[in-house]
Amino acid sequence: MTVETPARFSPLSGWQDRFAQLPTGLRVRELPFLTQLTLRVEPGSAAAKAVEDCLGIILPGPLRAGSPGDVEVLWTGPDEWLLVAPDGRQDDLLARLRSAIGDDFATVTDVSAQRTTLALSGPLVRTVLAQGCALDLDPRVTPAGSCLTTLLAQAPVTLVVREEEPSGVRLLVRSSFASYLATWLLDACTEYRSDTGGRGWDGR
Amino acid sequence: MQLIACPWCGEREEIEFHYGGQAHIAYPDDPYALDDEQWAQYVFFRDNPKGPFAERWVHSAGCRRWFNALRDTVTHEFLSVHDNRAERPSRTGTAPAAQHAEGQEAGR
Repeated sequence: MTVETPARFSPLSGWQDRFAQLPTGLRVRELPFLTQLTLRVEPGSAAAKAVEDCLGIILPGPLRAGSPGDVEVLWTGPDEWLLVAPDGRQDDLLARLRSAIGDDFATVTDVSAQRTTLALSGPLVRTVLAQGCALDLDPRVTPAGSCLTTLLAQAPVTLVVREEEPSGVRLLVRSSFASYLATWLLDACTEYRSDTGGRGWDGR
Repeated sequence: MQLIACPWCGEREEIEFHYGGQAHIAYPDDPYALDDEQWAQYVFFRDNPKGPFAERWVHSAGCRRWFNALRDTVTHEFLSVHDNRAERPSRTGTAPAAQHAEGQEAGR
């Protein structure tokens, strides 16, 4: 008997063409299948220390993301973090973390299928996001390294401002909201599809 | 839109939050010892003050944590927000709205 293995697909796998039509000031691409683990641990506890030593990171404080590296750590709550790593690292990371935590009190759960990731870059990023996001995205208020879980056009997202790419933002969005959010992004960009070449909020 | 200060995330729009009713309602020590009326009091009966009211809120679109807030039911002003492990703050808030509301009650 043949066992059918369903091919996995990302929620925005068919959207490249539409993303390519966006104004020049905004580039959007999906980063599918990133490894995402939810870590629940009391900050400052022995288990938290074990996790930090295991990954060679420091668990960031409220509204912050750890510096991007092999494993990126996003603050999602006072005792909760999201670990983001490249595709296919689930088993390795889970095993390493669980053995590091041992009998201490912490949980690590694979939630990779829960969300997909959109990488946004370009001078228009903050202007376009501001149309659906109530938070102040000015770099003085929301500098690189910020990690905000909020609503974007009523859709729950985690918004990460990245350090290594200027005005680069990552949106982590639930798979079932992904096509809605992508549609909203295309619509929010309508007014920038002009011959201005897409000027940013500061005219650059 | 009204902004609510989450103890963890700072000021966010009210649509990110959900209301959880009156705070500091303790579960009965021995639920089996309660008669129907006492159980109904515990389950259904809540204060309905005009003025400062200690309430539970959850930041459901953000950090998803519950916290307690002291809100003036006359002005909707949040007099304080605090971790839900903290004690209920004193009823007399320092905000002008609280004094105003209490003045109204005294005048009735």
